[in-house]
Amino acid sequence: MTDVTAAEGSVVSDMEWQREIRRRLAVWCARQAAGWIRRLGRGDGMTLPGSIARKIDPDILTELAQMVREKILVTTGTNGKTTTNHLLAHILEAEGKKVVINGTGANMLNGVTAAFVLAAGRGRLDADYACIEVDENASAEVFARLRPDLVLITNLSRDQLDRYGEVDLVCARLKEAMEAAPCAGLIVNADDPAVCSLSLQCRNPVTGYGIEEKITGESSCRGVRESLFCRRCGGRLEYSFFQYGHLGMYRCPSCAFRRPKPRYGARRISFDRDGCSFETEGIRLHCGTQDPCQIYNTLSAYAVLRAAGAPVEGFGEALEDFDYGNGRERVFRIGAARVQLYLAKNPVGFQQKLSLLGRDPASKDMVVEINDGEQDGRDVSWLWDVDFGCLKETGVVRIVTTGTRRDDMGLRLKYEDIPSTAVPAQDLPGVLKELTVRGTGNLYVIVNYSGLYPMRDMLERLETEGEEINETDDRLFIP
Amino acid sequence: MKLTIGCLYPDLLNLYGDRGNMRCLVKRLEWRGIGAAEAPVMAGERVDFNEMDIVILGGGSDREEELAGRYLREQREAVREYVENGGVMLAVCGGYQLLGEYYETNDRLVEGLGILDVRTRWEPRRLVHNIVLESPLSGEPVVGFENHGGRTDIGGHKPFGRVVCGYGNTETSGYEGVVYKNVIATYLHGPLLPKNPQVCDYLLGKALRRRFGESIRLGSLPDELEHRANGSMVKRCRSRRFWL
Repeated sequence: MTDVTAAEGSVVSDMEWQREIRRRLAVWCARQAAGWIRRLGRGDGMTLPGSIARKIDPDILTELAQMVREKILVTTGTNGKTTTNHLLAHILEAEGKKVVINGTGANMLNGVTAAFVLAAGRGRLDADYACIEVDENASAEVFARLRPDLVLITNLSRDQLDRYGEVDLVCARLKEAMEAAPCAGLIVNADDPAVCSLSLQCRNPVTGYGIEEKITGESSCRGVRESLFCRRCGGRLEYSFFQYGHLGMYRCPSCAFRRPKPRYGARRISFDRDGCSFETEGIRLHCGTQDPCQIYNTLSAYAVLRAAGAPVEGFGEALEDFDYGNGRERVFRIGAARVQLYLAKNPVGFQQKLSLLGRDPASKDMVVEINDGEQDGRDVSWLWDVDFGCLKETGVVRIVTTGTRRDDMGLRLKYEDIPSTAVPAQDLPGVLKELTVRGTGNLYVIVNYSGLYPMRDMLERLETEGEEINETDDRLFIP
Repeated sequence: MKLTIGCLYPDLLNLYGDRGNMRCLVKRLEWRGIGAAEAPVMAGERVDFNEMDIVILGGGSDREEELAGRYLREQREAVREYVENGGVMLAVCGGYQLLGEYYETNDRLVEGLGILDVRTRWEPRRLVHNIVLESPLSGEPVVGFENHGGRTDIGGHKPFGRVVCGYGNTETSGYEGVVYKNVIATYLHGPLLPKNPQVCDYLLGKALRRRFGESIRLGSLPDELEHRANGSMVKRCRSRRFWL
């Protein structure tokens, strides 16, 4: 790099030269570390490389982020971060843009840093856009260094109270984060009163998106609701309808607080066999999923790209081949059985998965894996915030619970008079096989975070093994 | 036979799956062929304590607790009368603090209902831990999850249990919660009752005898799953490798 600048005839100060060396060294070391982590089979480790890079060059994230040619788009909020972030990158890439993304979901400061560092060759970043999801807890420290152009807040509901604290605390942290990014545009879900009142407290320019009509019909699946009280005056919010959770059309009867008219509204929503579609700004968009949350995710991505001034002409076309399951929440074929894997890590998310299950009229079996690892949250009391009573009308024949907290899950079901069987991890492959062979042939597997990738791998293994052999043997399935 | 179980301000105080406590009380009555009526008291409504056999008071965020405290202070005397006359109550976390004299933070003092002679002081370091107690109210250890910034001094009160693992009322007191007359006040989430069925049955027994006479006995229920869920937490908390 010094050669190039010298050739241009400018004088390179010692300072700049030193920074350049430091940055290159940080990138090189972090990449080595990432390479070793991969070779040792420790997953796609992002935290350590990020940490190493920051140790060597504390300003690395800011320096690399400044090299992004167009916009830095940040997604935060309780649910939908990973999907929306991937969707943003997918659309931009379809438009021929080069994108940096923290795609593995490592969304704390080190993870975000690693995404930039690992995308930078020789200390330089070649990217038009950065699509970055940020954990609510890490938002303040990340925003201060990343200086995003746009921040999307998807929704706020309770999630891992032992890590995050209640929604009010998350709001306070995000407000602090927005103060660290005073120039960033804020894109908010107008249907979420918590997000909306947060946006009113920020000085940033705000753009809203929301769904203008009621989309869901299932009032049987409810679970706990929050943010039902006005954060301005303490009055109880009145809803003309709920979409799900606490999202909906609300207003406060005792002060002026009400759902603002969103700039990007979704209308004329319809569901079909392949998914659902809606209209915004006169454009009809089709998502390949029936999950109502994905209408929000898709609409939010549209709003962000419009606000960023990015091209959206190809939005609808690019949506067609977007994988909403992110390679994780997908359908597996094991023998003759259809197996759907779902991730559910907080009450609103879990409730949504149960209502998707309820849309399938066929009889089914179910495996629920609940762990209390560090990423999951050590506390599983949130299972009691989910309404499992609705399972009784959804044709579930057999339920197997597994994971470190399988007995908590079983107990939760017992108190809805729903029987289940607890299975320790080592017996799981055999039980999965048995369920696919002798069950209903329609299996739903719901796991919380730490079980997701091991479960996906196990199902993938069963899928390929099922193709290779007809005569099955239990021993083949022990990992 | 039928019991009425009141839940105070479930629209405000509903953190931490504590509605599982209501679920547990109701189901354990129903499984024994005893009727149960849930009586949620929404924010702004007044509580008819004469109607209640068991009252649940949960926790919420600071903002929500302040709103709930405002409603409850207006009915302080009714709450006091209920408790002093042997009314059964389960107060968890914020509800526990609210029953005391006050809750003190760095910049303000929130007045409590003054029903228990306890005082809570807020400290920035939250006590977040799985917790195991030995309690005279339960033959098996009591397990739960605590997450509180408050440190509670329980004065001359009898504690709910001795801390085997976790923090309790303060880091150093070695005890958790308060039992006063037929009130259990505690920091334990989890929720408390499902994994500690004996505590649930203790409350139900008290309420049934108060309403229908001392001769009432609770039949036993098949609690294998409860014991297994309880036992696996106790085992993990006692093993040294389990750090939280």
